[in-house]
Amino acid sequence: MAKGDPGASTRGRRAAPRSRKAATGDPELVQLLTPTGERIESVTGPDGTEYRVDFTDEEYRGLYRDLVLVRKLDAEATALQRQGELGIWASLLGQEAAQVGSGRALRTQDMAFPTYREHGVLYCRGIDPIMPLGLFRGVDQGGWDPNEFKFNMYTIVIGAQTLHATGYAMGVAMDGKTGTDDGEAVIAYFGDGATSQGDVNEAFVWAGVFNSPLVFFCQNNQYAISEPLERQTRIPLYRRAAGFGFPGIRVDGNDVLATYAVTRHALDNARHGQGPSLIEAYTYRMGAHTTSDDPTRYRIASEVEAWQAKDPIARMKAFLEREQIAAADFFTEVDEQARREAVDLRERVLAMPNPEPATMFDHVYPNGSPLLDEQRAQFSRYLESFEGSAH
Amino acid sequence: MATETLTLGKALNVGLRKALENDPKVVIMGEDVGKLGGVFRITDGLQKDFGDQRVIDTPLAESGIIGTAVGLAIRGYRPVCEIQFDGFVYPAYDQIVSQVAKMHYRSRGKLNIPMVIRIPFGGGIGAVEHHSESPEAYFAHTAGLKVVSCASPQDAYVMIQQAIASDDPIVFLEPKRRYWEKGQVDLDAPLSEAYPLHAARVARPGRDVTLLAYGPMVRTCLDAATAAAEDGRDLEVIDLRTLSPLDLGVVYESVRRTGRAVVVHEAPSNVGLGAEIAARITEECFYSLESPVLRVAGFDTPYPAARVEEEYLPDLDRVLDAVDRSFGW
Repeated sequence: MAKGDPGASTRGRRAAPRSRKAATGDPELVQLLTPTGERIESVTGPDGTEYRVDFTDEEYRGLYRDLVLVRKLDAEATALQRQGELGIWASLLGQEAAQVGSGRALRTQDMAFPTYREHGVLYCRGIDPIMPLGLFRGVDQGGWDPNEFKFNMYTIVIGAQTLHATGYAMGVAMDGKTGTDDGEAVIAYFGDGATSQGDVNEAFVWAGVFNSPLVFFCQNNQYAISEPLERQTRIPLYRRAAGFGFPGIRVDGNDVLATYAVTRHALDNARHGQGPSLIEAYTYRMGAHTTSDDPTRYRIASEVEAWQAKDPIARMKAFLEREQIAAADFFTEVDEQARREAVDLRERVLAMPNPEPATMFDHVYPNGSPLLDEQRAQFSRYLESFEGSAH
Repeated sequence: MATETLTLGKALNVGLRKALENDPKVVIMGEDVGKLGGVFRITDGLQKDFGDQRVIDTPLAESGIIGTAVGLAIRGYRPVCEIQFDGFVYPAYDQIVSQVAKMHYRSRGKLNIPMVIRIPFGGGIGAVEHHSESPEAYFAHTAGLKVVSCASPQDAYVMIQQAIASDDPIVFLEPKRRYWEKGQVDLDAPLSEAYPLHAARVARPGRDVTLLAYGPMVRTCLDAATAAAEDGRDLEVIDLRTLSPLDLGVVYESVRRTGRAVVVHEAPSNVGLGAEIAARITEECFYSLESPVLRVAGFDTPYPAARVEEEYLPDLDRVLDAVDRSFGW
């Protein structure tokens, strides 16, 4: 999808889908696109909010393109790990819609705090997709500028970033940047496992009592490595919000349209000063936790197959075809673009140089440290002693 | 020129007030720091004068205090976090070690976390468990953090302002049992001309033995030096002030003169600051030493019940005993 603000465009707007389905699905799940690609025009949430999207054909095609590209680049990263070019990779396979839907719902001024799996959101923020591969290859620890792209560094400690997002959102409010249409909002990404962490619950408390402009975006992909959701909670996760005093809602995380609508609504509430909310994007981690994991040890094939039938890309493609928004040449062109970008990613990863060893001493402190200066000098003399002996 | 007699606690309070006045991005946050002014009253009156957006009473969760302060720092604020007591910092330990200390490094310098974490530390006030600990080694061992401790009202006033003005994340250890000790404080001396934050200083010159201390033990060592003088021994006392990075140049110079060194801290001796200091003195001053570097420290027990803390804590007699042992080598 092109940069800018999808859904807010007024040109060529597709007012209503040609195929409709009554909004009689799971009352606990906001869905605008069924697994078979049928459009639901709008859904009314438990608090009376009406969720709908109003995209142009171009915008629908853009979302599809995002989903395909994000999946292809992720698959390429998995392949690179298998070939020994990355130390490890945390695949987003299956979670493309949750990430693209929420990532595209962000406005330019909004700030995101990711985990280590938000490659799709990172892509939506306009960051070069090679950046996280540098981290997982081990040549750096990220590399992008969090303030330039309004997307913080990946956080590997589970749940820690939710507090950072909360503090950042407190700062947004203290700066007086809420209460208008162009106010700022903050989004905190985390998973179902993280909801057991103290930091996440503290973030809920803080955001509630300070009424922070924050959206807690939980991708419930059903597993924390091997542990199923039932080991983290006795109630649906979105209902936890009620105990902290703010709204919680569950959305079909494999539905890019519903995820977009729900996230955009929550972000807009936040930017208008109406405080935090929790979104539970109900999805499934189709692959392993990371490339070091073996999911066949803890889940059965039939479960994976059931979720395969809810694939986020297949349903979007079915919708585009049925509504004649896109034809075969479009899908071929998108696949070709994905292939080209994957090849480009691979070539650039293979060309990534290892960092100079002495750079490990850089950026420990903004103001430096005499102790580190001393160690760096000693290390340098040590290395030079080898160079001298080589001649 | 305004030189006033202030307690160490009041000097911190005035220093914090100055920092709030000088930089609108400075915010104070912690448990009970607002209306109450903190359990030790270090933030007394600040919320009244600067408002509850600058002096923030937080929910009662230490990881939340530090974690949200990280976010505020990324947003451009300069948070000054109060941890109510030393033994309550551990719920925040992950945020301090894995986030505060590493964000600048992780981002290759693109993010700064200019945070000060104030911790009243050490024993001697007859408190219950968790209120008398000396956790400095945990933080000094963590790359990315700087650690300092003040020992006098003048240093308290200046060092807290220097720490807040620094872009480095700093753990600021306050000797809680010295909060009520008084001293002269020059309130008008410009910060830019003040003695550097990360520098040790000779607190009392002497010729015979070098005593090394920081925070609450500086007073103990000065008292020991006064007592030793009556016996004809001339002890030099160095206030280390900065625990990470250590500033040992002045220490090496001293030990090369005296040939003897005793490190004194309340924290347990095993793998404490004294061990690192002794190792480095040995490397740098090996041929000047007349005896091994000795340590006087808390024992390797959990902090004991208050009625025996006088026996646990290094005091004047134990310091002088170590001086005797140094001469007896």
